[in-house]
Amino acid sequence: MKDLVLRAEVKDLKFSYGDKLVLKGITLPVYENRVTALIGPSGCGKTTLLRCFNRMHDLYANAHYNGEITLHPDGINILGKDIDPMEVRMRIGMVFQKPNPFPKSIYENVAYGLKVRGVKKKSFIEERVEKSLQQAGLWTEVKDRLNSAATALSGGQQQRLCIARALATEPEILLLDEPTSALDPISTRHIEELIQELRKDVTIAIVTHSLHQAARVSDYTAFMYLGDLIEFGASDQIFTNPKDQKTENYITGRFG
Amino acid sequence: MRRLKERLIETVLFLAAASSVFVTLGIVGILVTESIPFFEHVSIKDFLTDTEWTPLFENAHYGILPLLSGTFLTTMIALLVAIPLGTVAAAFLSEYVRPGIKEILKPILELLAAVPTVVYGYFALLFVTPLLQKVIPSLGGFNVLSAGIVMGVMIIPYVSSLSEDAMRSVPSHLREASFAVGASRIQTAFRVVIPAAFSGITSAYILGISRALGETMVVAIAAGMQPNLTLNPLEPSATITAFIVQVSLGDLPHGSIGYQSIYVAGLSLLCLTLCFNIIGLWLRKKFQEKE
Amino acid sequence: MESREALLANIKTRQKWDFVFAVAGLLSLMFALVTLLALIVDLAMTGVPRINYEFFVNFPSRFAERAGILSAWVGSFCIMLTTAFCAIPLGVAAGVYLEEYSKKNWVSQIIELNIINLAGIPSITYGLMALGLFVYKLKLGQSILTAGLTLGLLVLPIIIVTTREAIRSIPNTIREASYAMGASKWQTIRYHILPYSSGGILTGVIISLSRAIGETAPLITIGALTFIAFLPTAPFDAHIPFVNFKWLMDPFTVMPIQMFNWLSRPQTEFHVNAAATGIVLLVMTLIMNGGAIWLRLRFRKKMKW
Repeated sequence: MKDLVLRAEVKDLKFSYGDKLVLKGITLPVYENRVTALIGPSGCGKTTLLRCFNRMHDLYANAHYNGEITLHPDGINILGKDIDPMEVRMRIGMVFQKPNPFPKSIYENVAYGLKVRGVKKKSFIEERVEKSLQQAGLWTEVKDRLNSAATALSGGQQQRLCIARALATEPEILLLDEPTSALDPISTRHIEELIQELRKDVTIAIVTHSLHQAARVSDYTAFMYLGDLIEFGASDQIFTNPKDQKTENYITGRFG
Repeated sequence: MRRLKERLIETVLFLAAASSVFVTLGIVGILVTESIPFFEHVSIKDFLTDTEWTPLFENAHYGILPLLSGTFLTTMIALLVAIPLGTVAAAFLSEYVRPGIKEILKPILELLAAVPTVVYGYFALLFVTPLLQKVIPSLGGFNVLSAGIVMGVMIIPYVSSLSEDAMRSVPSHLREASFAVGASRIQTAFRVVIPAAFSGITSAYILGISRALGETMVVAIAAGMQPNLTLNPLEPSATITAFIVQVSLGDLPHGSIGYQSIYVAGLSLLCLTLCFNIIGLWLRKKFQEKE
Repeated sequence: MESREALLANIKTRQKWDFVFAVAGLLSLMFALVTLLALIVDLAMTGVPRINYEFFVNFPSRFAERAGILSAWVGSFCIMLTTAFCAIPLGVAAGVYLEEYSKKNWVSQIIELNIINLAGIPSITYGLMALGLFVYKLKLGQSILTAGLTLGLLVLPIIIVTTREAIRSIPNTIREASYAMGASKWQTIRYHILPYSSGGILTGVIISLSRAIGETAPLITIGALTFIAFLPTAPFDAHIPFVNFKWLMDPFTVMPIQMFNWLSRPQTEFHVNAAATGIVLLVMTLIMNGGAIWLRLRFRKKMKW
């Protein structure tokens, strides 16, 4: 595995939605080519934190950030007022809880990110589509029907398509928001294996409600509770030897 | 006893619901039966190919073409105004405007559809035509252009309101997916939201077309009520509807050829509207299959 | 990887188009709203000075300055009454049936499809149907009754659709609660569904009446007179049962037809009368629609399930 390099840093991030303070000051490192898992009971703010990374909250009124997420190596604060959310989203990809392919063809879905940023060269797009579908482990299944509807794929295939769609623009960080919560166990395992593979190419942050999943796929784990980061550390340590009592209670299943 | 009462109520309510079907049957039935005698005087060939429509003249001609050209022309002009403006306004309201402000803007826009059409006729004849005459001095007092433009404004809310409903009902996770790869608002609107709302937008357009085809008072007042086989919007002309109004204003003995001619005109209008509705249905089917 | 400068330049171009589109959207909206405003202002400037007490209590006349809209507004009022009387019970009953009783079968599908299609049928064909059916076949004459029935059928789909929407927004838990108390289906509808949906239904009724009051073409088609210098028969008698419905069979004119008549005359003095009538019509429709919007917002706020 490559050396440990800091890719992004969350610094004392507070986030509120209307009057409600959802994140109460989170500080967290994200390392390059590692998988960082965010875990915690529902309502702890893990998805909210993940959505900060590509400014999804900006789509809705009443969202307020306070604090920083610094993206390395250029050191810009992606939550800064002077940073356009579009830039952040072009550099950081996201895959959502429920597979959400566009009602277009498989090819169009993967090519979408390139097309919206004005890439015209067909050969380049085709090359990228193939590469991303291969990375997402979907190429062999769909290579003969790239022009058929994406919505006709199975749930697991759709989610891998969404991963390919996010990969096509070569994001610096890939965000996965409970990517397997709507999938069956076999598709889930498929995606977990995929995450292990993808780690070589891209930095990943994943929100998951499944502790087993976090233990299986992640290198680092952050445990959140009620908008606070309780504990962050290497996943081995968090799952075998948690330092905080709350973390221990959670991973041993005493509340959830 | 209680069961009987419940059954009785259900039957009464069912009859009320079924009455709407009788309205349709009544309209189609009456239009057809009152039109049939007309074709005992006039051959279908003359009806479809004669270039004059003068059923009330001494030397009567019964060619529907002049009325069709008038109807098409006004409808085209109205759609050229309503479809671009209505669609852009809908996309703007749906994708750019905050929900709070939208809830105020949309009903105000819908007021355009509430204004009585005779008032629009006044506006076309006494406001828009004089205004247009400043730009086109040769324009006559009665013309198709002014009537068409005003009709277009009138049907903007039909297009925009239904289109906006369709765009808003596109699930937000599709929008998020688009924004998440770095698309801009306009890209999301045109590449994701509008294609996904296509079916609803088609319905909006079809309703707009139906309205334009069937609109009566604006053309009757501002376009001059003279059947005229032309595609020049600067000339006066008559639509099918304007002809019906013109004949109805006079004395109309039951069973006279004038009486029959308005039913033939009405039937043609109904067929025209039906055609567009079928095209719309077909388009939606075709698009849904593609998905 | 492309440089950050290239990325930012790319964003800037795309944002320029975003901005252009926002401006286009704003202009489209503005165009529509400014036209509406121009229409109101133009009509008001010409018409409002003409409006006075005499205008409402005079019959139409050969002399523009003596003409009024007495017969027209009385006619409009009588027809609205007839329309409401015919369309509301029918429309609400149909809406209740379609939401609460109808099963998914071909009959209900035909009814549903038909209601959607009725919205697209040109209003003038309702007039033609009424002329053939009510005037000549049923011998109701060119009367207030014929006009009221015609407009009643015309606005029926509006009432049905709004009734259904109002009923649909009532959660199933309310129905279950009522059935759990042993109520029958009709009792549930009578004591729960109808009262809770009354706000929405009222909105639909107002909208449909505002539509009916401005309708011109179907009434011209059934042969409404354009010049009437008398009122319908008074509905009150000196003897039992004190009321009569003879007025239903009287000839009529309505405000939009009166306006159309004045507008078709070459003399501009009559155009002023037309504008004044137009303002009266416009104010009534705007008040009705404004009321409907207000009601809708109010009920939406009040009804939180």
